[in-house]
Amino acid sequence: METNIKTDLKNLAAENPVFAIKEIVRRHSMQRGAAIPILQDIQNTFGYVSKEMMQRAAEFSGIPVGELYSIVTFYAQFRLEPIGKNLIQVCHGTACHLAGAEKITESLQFETKAQAGGTSPDGLFTVEKVACLGCCSLAPVMTLNEETHGRLTPDKVKKIIKEKRRQAEEEKSAGKGASQDA
Amino acid sequence: MHSAPYRVKVGLATCGIASGAAKVYSALEQALQGTDVRLERTGCIGMCYCEPLVEVIAPGGESYMYGKVTPEDVPRLVEEHLKQGKPVRELLIMGEGAETDDYSFLQGQHRILLKNCGHIDPEDIESYMAVGGYEGLKKALTSMTPEEVIEEIKRSGLRGRGGAGFPTHAKWSFTRQAPGKQKYIVCNADEGDPGAFMDRSILEGDPHSVLEGMLIAGYAIGANTGYIYIRAEYPLAIRRLKVAIQQAQERGFLGERILGTDYSMQIIIREGAGAFVCGEETALLMSIEGKRGMPRFRPPFPAQKGLFGHPTSINNVETFANVPRILHQGAAAYNTLGTEESKGTKVFALAGKVRRGGLVEIPMGTTINEIVFNIGGGISTGKPFKAVQTGGPSGGCIPAELGDTPVDYESLKKIGAIMGSGGLLVMDEETCMVDVAKYFLTFTKEESCGKCTFCRAGTYQMHKILERITEGKGREEDIDTLEELAEKIKAGSLCGLGQTAPNPVLTTIKYFRKEYDAHVKEKYCPAKKCKALIEYRIDPEVCTGCTLCARQCPAGAISGEKKEAHEIDQSTCIRCGLCINSCKYQAITVISEPRVTA
Ligand SMILES: Cc1cc2nc3c(=O)[nH]c(=O)nc-3n(C[C@H](O)[C@H](O)[C@H](O)COP(=O)(O)O)c2cc1C
Ligand code: FES
Repeated sequence: METNIKTDLKNLAAENPVFAIKEIVRRHSMQRGAAIPILQDIQNTFGYVSKEMMQRAAEFSGIPVGELYSIVTFYAQFRLEPIGKNLIQVCHGTACHLAGAEKITESLQFETKAQAGGTSPDGLFTVEKVACLGCCSLAPVMTLNEETHGRLTPDKVKKIIKEKRRQAEEEKSAGKGASQDA
Repeated sequence: MHSAPYRVKVGLATCGIASGAAKVYSALEQALQGTDVRLERTGCIGMCYCEPLVEVIAPGGESYMYGKVTPEDVPRLVEEHLKQGKPVRELLIMGEGAETDDYSFLQGQHRILLKNCGHIDPEDIESYMAVGGYEGLKKALTSMTPEEVIEEIKRSGLRGRGGAGFPTHAKWSFTRQAPGKQKYIVCNADEGDPGAFMDRSILEGDPHSVLEGMLIAGYAIGANTGYIYIRAEYPLAIRRLKVAIQQAQERGFLGERILGTDYSMQIIIREGAGAFVCGEETALLMSIEGKRGMPRFRPPFPAQKGLFGHPTSINNVETFANVPRILHQGAAAYNTLGTEESKGTKVFALAGKVRRGGLVEIPMGTTINEIVFNIGGGISTGKPFKAVQTGGPSGGCIPAELGDTPVDYESLKKIGAIMGSGGLLVMDEETCMVDVAKYFLTFTKEESCGKCTFCRAGTYQMHKILERITEGKGREEDIDTLEELAEKIKAGSLCGLGQTAPNPVLTTIKYFRKEYDAHVKEKYCPAKKCKALIEYRIDPEVCTGCTLCARQCPAGAISGEKKEAHEIDQSTCIRCGLCINSCKYQAITVISEPRVTA
């Protein structure tokens, strides 16, 4: 059910981004202190929160844009830039730190060519460092999109990234085929 | 054929899923089609080190636990155990015929809070009710006054599990007595300690117990609205809570006129947005109100002036989960466990260099050694046990010599650590304590909200000094300066973040001074962790010239002809250590040697 709402908004956003923001604001209109949930939904829908989006959200909700901006800059969750096709979050919690999270990030940077906190030049990967993902017994841990990977080694990282690249290639050629058909 | 069917349970918490439990579940689902075997899903069984876990319950009720199960194991499990009745020994970790010592993981524990985790289906309210769920609420609403509920909690001796150990009954009582009609109950599920997962496991494995606890608390203080503030990094826990709320509403445990009484309650979920400081209660309230999460001066305490200005009681997930048990079984049964000052049990997330990491529940007063060795099975690397860290960024490192310390609020405080919310990290000899201190300061420095100058500038300063020390540029006076700064930050900070941020540094200096001295005076890292003080070297005798490491090196620091010994250029090497992992012949070693400096 939950995911349906998400895809709902995503479809809407693809068609008419401004209307999607209006809809998000509307869904939270009955709530007190709705600013953060509104921004969270915007990020879930668009992958990031741009200045224009904040402008719109402010217009529709009546919350001053400065207030929205101060929230976005305070909370680590919010991104002001769009992310790559795949979002990788490397855990740098204590257990993962002890288990060599640094090495996992190094090898991710090497394999994806994205710097921690940034996106790879080909737009395929965004790599972020986060605190504990709650799977400390499986340290070191990362999530790739929604999936959690544990007991990582540089070798495993390499395989995972390779697989994603292969998938992206496939999608690309499939996409091309489709557009030629049309 | 057997009379009752076999039951099969798969642990589907985040840790299980990360290890592939969902794939095992699907494989079982397919293999069991058309049989009368009941396949069930459950939360975290706690033996995270052995995930994915599959429990088979025989028609007679005997339990067999299988560990590290892969989808490939499923056909054998089904054929041999479920069809022929012969347990598969190689995979068995507990139950008749198991040949491992894994039973001792559970034997040392006392599970009252985790009783349901890994047993019931967290997405089915019936499953919770079948084991006494919502009986505590019924008892409270139908046979007790709010004052009596508070009195019962007082008799149980329950103290807050969020870290500080404040008596729960006192908080409720203050909130109840505070003037005002509108009151709030808030569940702190922010679980900020970066190395702890007990709250996640409880929410994923037994979400109704937390709701029931909140409902009882709401009744006791006179609140009709509850908020759960949960970190966004826990999507599965959020989803299961939503399911639980829906089901509780359908059953009449939540909503208007609960169980036919005139008590009403609604519960709203708020997701955190990635700020550690929002675990602090006043900051958390600001965040729910839709503002930047900045702690404020107390008093007034939230019990007087909390959410939207109204009296509010904020309690931790585990605190709430204790409440239904206390009400249902009675305070007298509850407070037989634990020590004089610390009653009941505490759940710990046992992780780090320990053989059996996972979710552990022990009576207060159990010693650190008992946890690490009897339950955790000792050190995973086989190296000597060095220390445990409790309380995360607010806590301290306890050296192996103090392993006999009982785990309770007072004893831990006495040695400079804290109980914390339940993170317990085990460290072995390969852990550099200066690096650990630096790690926590990196964390607190970044998470300081910046309101208090001492917290903001002081943690920055401490971090800088620690960085210098780990880079081999430490000065003689640095350790004294760290201690001075620590005192100032403690005294000059408004909230717990700053007041406790120096603890990891102070305890490591106190108990591991030698390691600091090695870094400062001899410019070496005994644990061989600090990048600036180590070197990677290739043993030319062992190297076969396979070129694998050279291709892996992101800095291009490794050179050599094919089939000839390779060499690392120390001036370009960035000490990432990727080469070590790539070498199949273990030809690469890391060294750190004392250097005498002028
Ligand atoms: C910086 C900081 C972070 C905190 N993080 C948490 C947390 O993640 N979870 C929690 O339950 N309490 C946390 N606390 C403690 C809360 O302020 C509060 O004391 C607690 O939620 C009260 O619940 P209890 O009485 O049940 O222990 C934190 C405190 C500070 C100062
Ligand atoms: S420290 Fe990485 S999952 Fe907890």
